[in-house]
Amino acid sequence: RCTSDPRHHQFAGRTTTHCAQSHPLPHRQAFLGVIAVAVAPAGVGRWEEMASSLDAPNLDDYLTADSLPQEPPRSLTLRDLLDISPVLTEAAGAIVDDSFTRCFKSNSPEPWNWNIYLFPLWCLGVVIRYGLLFPLRFLTLILGWMAFFTAFFPVRFLMNGKNRLKSKIERKLVEMMCSVFVASWTGVIKYHGPRPSSRPYQVFVANHTSMIDFIILEQMTAFAVIMQKHPGWVGFIQKTILESVGCIWFNRNDLKDREVVGRKLRDHVQHPDNNPLLIFPEGTCVNNQYTVMFKKGAFELGCAVCPIAIKYNKIFVDAFWNSKKQSFTMHLVRLMTSWAVVCDVWFLEPQYLREGETAIEFTERVRDMIAARAGLKKVPWDGYLKHNRPSPKHTEEKQRMFAESVLRRLEEN
Amino acid sequence: MGNASSMLTQYDIEEVQEHCSYLFSQQEIVSLYERFCQLDRSAKGFVSEDEFLSIPEFSTNPLSKRLLRMVDGLNFKEFVSFLSTFSARASLQQKIELIFKVYDIDGKGKVSFKDLVEVLRDLTGSSMSEQQREVLI
Repeated sequence: RCTSDPRHHQFAGRTTTHCAQSHPLPHRQAFLGVIAVAVAPAGVGRWEEMASSLDAPNLDDYLTADSLPQEPPRSLTLRDLLDISPVLTEAAGAIVDDSFTRCFKSNSPEPWNWNIYLFPLWCLGVVIRYGLLFPLRFLTLILGWMAFFTAFFPVRFLMNGKNRLKSKIERKLVEMMCSVFVASWTGVIKYHGPRPSSRPYQVFVANHTSMIDFIILEQMTAFAVIMQKHPGWVGFIQKTILESVGCIWFNRNDLKDREVVGRKLRDHVQHPDNNPLLIFPEGTCVNNQYTVMFKKGAFELGCAVCPIAIKYNKIFVDAFWNSKKQSFTMHLVRLMTSWAVVCDVWFLEPQYLREGETAIEFTERVRDMIAARAGLKKVPWDGYLKHNRPSPKHTEEKQRMFAESVLRRLEEN
Repeated sequence: MGNASSMLTQYDIEEVQEHCSYLFSQQEIVSLYERFCQLDRSAKGFVSEDEFLSIPEFSTNPLSKRLLRMVDGLNFKEFVSFLSTFSARASLQQKIELIFKVYDIDGKGKVSFKDLVEVLRDLTGSSMSEQQREVLI
């Protein structure tokens, strides 16, 4: 039994770690010599779930284990100190399955073409997708790009100054280009809710599955976005085109960057001529079944936060971009050789910081809204753990709790 | 990830099952294999220390370093054998042996006072002074 399982602790106000209660000392069953060993039924939940994971891939429906009565504190004996089985069990449980890696698992499509009549149908499908659809879509994309560039560069370099007309034309061109992109994957996108309006003191936040999230949203309204600089042709596009809609750059690895970026965000939001700002507070791409912790930077700007929930329909294609496994180009090719990209986008009601609410609580509240709307499960891990190790603070926290409980019991004797 | 059981034959599964004294069912072994492949990103045949530490839940565990010494570089059969101790079906004797091995990390065959203090240090970190620990034990 693992009471520190993050799934069972839905709490507001913590940006990282999971177990907020002290680890209860387990039920004693035997006493052998000096070392007393408590046989904790090791992570019952995980084993059962493992066995059933082949039949039903729904890994989150398993027994809640924290309904055990708390034992009254007894006098501290040597066995309490020596019994490390709960800690070991927790570690082994983490090895077997952990909620963080689950967020980034790309689900490979279940094969359905094993039959004598299904297989030829599938082959026909492949032929149509790769032979007919892909070239058509690629052609659309090329034509679209050419049209875009012939219109964009003259406007960019020939029209002088920063007048309104120029911005407006550039914005419309970017929107058009995004529509071309969406057409190139046969995107069937349903927008719900009021269309975003362009006014100051508002920020849009959305869950992040792939870079195409940005394209899908940009098709409807030209957002300004805050992005990590990418290499290659994506970087080129970022530099030339996205500058026109107003983008803010940041470097994930640069810690000092945070203050600078925070200031830039604030400036952007206050200026009425700027395009509405879109932020993906997860900081990384997640597989559209879970949400990781939101970064609170977007919520501390003192303005309205408009949540956007995006949910892709997996039947057609899994739109999760696993940046470790594929480059963006390959990801686009995969989308262009699938039947369609179907998704729902909900524009939710703008939220304001309530009285007495901390920024972290506000972040969690908005995250709850987005997760509920898009049917995603919440996970209390920081997205950047994909690239970095967790800070030693968490281990220290656990150590502190254990030490405190031991010392407290010592005093009670 | 692909279909993991297509890479494991029935013979493989039975061999692994025998190695862990039949503490896991065949389905569980297949699931463990999927997990092993997921952790072993470069398909080396074993999971390196780095890959274990990339599981945040594992690396925030106070005893992770000790466990890492025991579990680093194990191939799949040994990995399953190690985890079998944690199964509900494992014997008490087996579990005690594992706990003993965690304490006696340098394999002397004995658990000394120093070992006990060291484990307590791992568990409590800087929240308890060295003196307090020695007194406790």
